[in-house]
Amino acid sequence: MNFKKIITYFILGFCGLVMVIPFAWMLTTSVKSQLEVNKGNVGFSFFEESDIYTENGKDYYATIVKEDADSSYVHLFDVEMNRIRSYAKVPNTAIRHEKKVKLHWENFALAFNKVPFGRYFLNTIIVSCCVVIGVLITGSLASYAFATMKFKGQDFIFYLFISMMMVPQPVYLIPSYVLLNHLGWIDTYQALIVPWIANIFTIFLLRQQFKTIPRDLFDAAEIDGCSRFKILWKIVLPLSKSVIATAAIFGFIGSWNSFMWPLIMTDSPELRVLQVGLSYFSQEASTQTSLLMAASTFSILPLVILFVIAQKQIIASFASSGLKG
Amino acid sequence: MKKKKFDFGPYLYLLPAFIIILVFRLIPIVLSFIVSFFEWTVTGAGDFIGFDNYVHMMHDKEFWQSLVNTFYLVIFVVPISLVLSLFFANLLNGIKKLKSFFRSVYFVPTVTSMVAISIVWKIIFNQQSGLANYFLEKIGLDPLGWLAESRGIFQLLFGSMGIEIPTWAGGPSLALFSIIIVTIWKGLGYNTIIYLAGLQNIPNVYYEAADIDGAGKIKQFFRITWPLISPTTYYVLMMTTIVTFQVFSQIYLMTGPPVGGPLGTTKVIVYFLFDKGFGESNNLSYASAIALVLFAIILGLTMLQKKLEKKVHY
Repeated sequence: MNFKKIITYFILGFCGLVMVIPFAWMLTTSVKSQLEVNKGNVGFSFFEESDIYTENGKDYYATIVKEDADSSYVHLFDVEMNRIRSYAKVPNTAIRHEKKVKLHWENFALAFNKVPFGRYFLNTIIVSCCVVIGVLITGSLASYAFATMKFKGQDFIFYLFISMMMVPQPVYLIPSYVLLNHLGWIDTYQALIVPWIANIFTIFLLRQQFKTIPRDLFDAAEIDGCSRFKILWKIVLPLSKSVIATAAIFGFIGSWNSFMWPLIMTDSPELRVLQVGLSYFSQEASTQTSLLMAASTFSILPLVILFVIAQKQIIASFASSGLKG
Repeated sequence: MKKKKFDFGPYLYLLPAFIIILVFRLIPIVLSFIVSFFEWTVTGAGDFIGFDNYVHMMHDKEFWQSLVNTFYLVIFVVPISLVLSLFFANLLNGIKKLKSFFRSVYFVPTVTSMVAISIVWKIIFNQQSGLANYFLEKIGLDPLGWLAESRGIFQLLFGSMGIEIPTWAGGPSLALFSIIIVTIWKGLGYNTIIYLAGLQNIPNVYYEAADIDGAGKIKQFFRITWPLISPTTYYVLMMTTIVTFQVFSQIYLMTGPPVGGPLGTTKVIVYFLFDKGFGESNNLSYASAIALVLFAIILGLTMLQKKLEKKVHY
């Protein structure tokens, strides 16, 4: 390894560190007690230096306000509940000073139960799965027509679709709201799912793939008496597994992370998807840094796990979005 | 010869996608023009008001401020992101070991949700308990106001050197600059991947030939890589511009209260239209008009870039 390589790895490593520091900090902060954060321990250290007061076998953090000869006035902080308990006068002998590593995993449970995150997760999973299935069905049918059949208006419809891809979301956001309002769909699952079950990019991607399948295969199947649909089901789709996986992953990530649409189209707490729920939570718990970090952590966890499992496929699918048509 | 029966098959296959795209894309786009010419709130359509919304927009200070803020965002995010991602892609293209590891590390922000990321960065930029000021303190610098600072970055920079500059030349506020940092950080991995794919398409023979001719690495970059990568650059430029014009979540979650603060220096065009349409005034028609102006700007820039692309395309 020469000098140049070392420099390259050094720069990549350093910048990689910068890229992940926000995540690392999110994780370390998520297992700190709020008291530590408020005290200004905001670095990466897990050491907690604190005065502990024990009462009935239960530990409280004590912030000494005024110290007398044998007793002190203290603020007591309930660790388990992650909140201030009371102001009290306690004997000095009941307070002990300690410095040790402490990880507050209970923050995750506290954050998760503070608002119905379970419900939010469920909503997001329902919406994302329906969207992905819908996108794959409408996408494969339409791409199959575009790629293998000849019909009147084919090019016109295709370019109409493609041009629609150029229109930014804010443009159709307001009229969509007007439309969904007329349909009585505001604040329903339909509003989150139905408008998204056809994806132009997916159609484009699958069409490219279907076109690569040799025509001879279709002809042979047709001679054998296969119907069009059977050819799609038995030949075209099995041959396109990896592109279909790409489209599915792409759709799932997009749906999971979408925020503005569900924010506008739903209102009731029962219909909040994860991103919307998280945004409300960030307002409610704005001063509880460690809980916010815990909530952020578990809300990005599913996608990070998916990413770790299928990183090659995911990166390839994002890279394919940059293909020139 | 018998005339072939008309084949409905293809249309049947097209139908499901077509209906969805017709109802939820095409009709809304047409509808947005109509809505912008009428008085329109959640309760329904009102009187025809012609170009009133557009005229009002031209006199709306808030509109111009959010437009300027959006332009600041684009002007900073697009070039910085482009240069950094091309730089990283080049470094990654030159190594074999750990290549996919680093690629993944840079890519993580792209797959994670903007909402969660915004929450994390908001606290990073917190004046008291944030990581940004913690680092500044560690290296012996004064803490900054970050998201709470409405003064422009040039104003702050020159101010620290004792030079007074007028407010209009102050640049984006430090608060908006914090948003710029997050936006670049979030999109960097995606652009790097796109560039990396582009670099891998350049045949190695060009570099081998250049090596034989004795051209240095820097010369090779400007004479071979940069020209051959120009279609990718065009794509990255266009996509980043379009996406940056539509920044919303970071503003909604990181700034304020009130959102767009301090002093409106982080109010961007999409948040502005969101606020007009779904905020107190609930003026859907004004919001629609703003969206169409945004669309016109994006379309105009895309066409301009296309023209430039033709000029530099090899």
